[in-house]
Amino acid sequence: MEITLQHYLAVAAILFTIGVFGIFVNRKNVIIILMSIELILLAVNINFVAFSAYLNDVQGQIMAMFVLTVAAAEAAVGLAILVTFFRNRGDIAVDDASVMKG
Amino acid sequence: MPDLISALHLSAPEATLAVGGLVLLMLGAFMGEKSVRFISALSVGLLVAATAVAVTGPLGQAFNGAYVADPLAVYGKALIFLSSAVAIVLGDGWMRRARIAKFEYPILIVLASAGMGMMASSGDLISLYVGIELHSLALYVLAAFHRDDLKASEAGLKYFVLGALSSGLLLYGASLIYGFTGSMRFDEIAAYAAANQSTGLIFGLVFLICGLAFKVSAAPFHMWTPDVYEGAPTPVVALFATAPKVAAMVLIARTLEGAFAGSHDQWAQVLILISLISFAVGAFGGLVQKDLQRLLAYSSIANIGYALLGIAAGTTAGVQAMLVFMTLYVLDQFGFFAILLSLSRGGKPIRKIADLAGLRKDKPVTAIALTVLSLSVLGMPPLAGFWAKFYVFGAAADAGYWMVGAAGLVASVVAGFYYLRIIKLMWFDPTPEGVGPTDASPVEARTIAWASAAFSFPLVIVAIGWIDHFAGVAATGFGAG
Repeated sequence: MEITLQHYLAVAAILFTIGVFGIFVNRKNVIIILMSIELILLAVNINFVAFSAYLNDVQGQIMAMFVLTVAAAEAAVGLAILVTFFRNRGDIAVDDASVMKG
Repeated sequence: MPDLISALHLSAPEATLAVGGLVLLMLGAFMGEKSVRFISALSVGLLVAATAVAVTGPLGQAFNGAYVADPLAVYGKALIFLSSAVAIVLGDGWMRRARIAKFEYPILIVLASAGMGMMASSGDLISLYVGIELHSLALYVLAAFHRDDLKASEAGLKYFVLGALSSGLLLYGASLIYGFTGSMRFDEIAAYAAANQSTGLIFGLVFLICGLAFKVSAAPFHMWTPDVYEGAPTPVVALFATAPKVAAMVLIARTLEGAFAGSHDQWAQVLILISLISFAVGAFGGLVQKDLQRLLAYSSIANIGYALLGIAAGTTAGVQAMLVFMTLYVLDQFGFFAILLSLSRGGKPIRKIADLAGLRKDKPVTAIALTVLSLSVLGMPPLAGFWAKFYVFGAAADAGYWMVGAAGLVASVVAGFYYLRIIKLMWFDPTPEGVGPTDASPVEARTIAWASAAFSFPLVIVAIGWIDHFAGVAATGFGAG
C-alpha cells in the first residue's frame, strides 16, 4: 500500500484529537496536560511537513522548525509556572487549581 | 545586502525593543535588585522611542512579505507600545508597595511589546505565529509574577494551559490553510482563496479564528479571563486588558480582511456568533460578580464582542470603527485600573465592589473619575464609550447587521446595571461601620486615573476628530469599500 498525503493528515488529526482530549478529560495531573500540549504541536508539525513534501515547497518545513523551537520554550515556561504553583500549593493535581471559581 | 538593510530599517521598531530589552536585561542582572526604578524608567523611554521609530519610519514590506509596515501596523503599534509604557508606570510603584518589585517586570513587558508589534505587522503565517508566541510566553510569566501568591500562580497556570491550547488550535488552522492554498503569505493566500473555495480552507480558517478568539478573550473562549483577571497582579491585568487585546484585534483585522477578504461570507458568520455570545456572557456574567477585577473581566468580554462586530461588518468603515473602539476602550480601561491601583484601606487593596461604599467622603475626586469612567463604558453620550459604540453600531448597520447591533444595545443596557451599581454604592450608600478611611493614593495611579477620566469627558469631544482621521487612514485598503 502506498502512503499518501491523506494518511499523514489522518495520523495528524488523530494525534491532535488525542491531545485536545488529554487536556479536557484528564483530571489528575498537570504534567499530563503539558504532554498533551506537546502532542498537539507535534500533530501540527506532521501536517506542516506532509503538506510541505506534497506541495514541493520548503516553507512548511521552516514553520516546523519554528514550532519545535517555540515548543521547547513553551515547555520551559510551563514547567517554571508549574514549579511556582507546586511551591504554593504542595500538589499539582488539576482539581486543586480551583481557589478561584470560574 | 541592500535588501537586508532596508528590511532592518522597516522592522526597526521591533528591533529597537528586542535589542533594548536584552541590553536592559544585562543591565538589570549586573546592577541587581536596586536597579528596578532605573530599569523601569529606561523601559518606558525605550517604548516611547519605539513608538517614535514606528510613527516616523518608512512604509513597505520586508523579509519576502513576512513583515508589513503599513498605516494599520503603525496605528496599532503606537497604541500598543504606549499602553505598555503606561502599564510599566502603573506597575512600578504598586510592585514596590507590594514588595514584589523585580527588574524583570518592565523587561518582560518590553519583550511582550516586541511580539505584539510583530503581530500587528505580520504578513505571513510564520510571523503571525512567532509574534503570538513571543507575546504569549512573556504574558504567561507576567500572570504568575507574584511568585509567593497561590492565586497568582494558579492564574498563571490556567492562562498557560489554555493559551497553549489556543496556540495549538491556531497552528492546526494555519497548517490546513498552508496545505490548501500552498502558501504562507497573506497576499498569496488571498489570491488563491478568492479563486478557489475548499472545505479544508474553511476548516483551517475556523480553527484560526478560534485560536485568535482565545487571545482576545471572546466568548465562548473566555474561560481563562475571569480567573486571570482576579488572580494576576493588578498592574499586569491592566496590561492584559489593553495592549495584547489591541494587538490581537489588529491581527484579526489583518488576517480576515487581508488574507481572507474573499471568504467574508464564511468568517462573518463565525464572528457574528462569537460577538453575540460575548455580549450575553459579558452582560449576564458580570451581574453576579463581587470582585472588581472579575467584573472588569466580564466587561472586557462584552467589549471585545463590540470590537469584533466592527470587523464582522467587512467594510473599511468597520475596520476604522474597530480601531476607534479599541483606542477609546484602552483609554477607559487604564482609568479603571489606575483607580483600582490607587484605592487601598489599611495597606490592603480594595478588591470587593461593596468596599466602594461611601467613597465620595474619602476621595471625592476619585469618586467623580470612577463615575465618569463608568458612565463612559456604559455608553452615555457624549462620553468616550458612546463614540466607541456609535462607530461600531454604525458600521454594523451599514453592512446590514443592524439586528446584531440591536442585540449589542440590549446587552449594554443589561451591563448598565453593574456600572450604575458602582455609582450608587459610591454616592448614595454610607461607609460600613467600623471601616477605616482609605489610604492616600499614590501619585502616578491618581494622575493616570484623573487624566483618563478627563479624556473620557470632555477631552474626547475634541480628540474624536483626530482619532477618526488616523483610524480612517489606518483602515484604508482593508475591507470592501
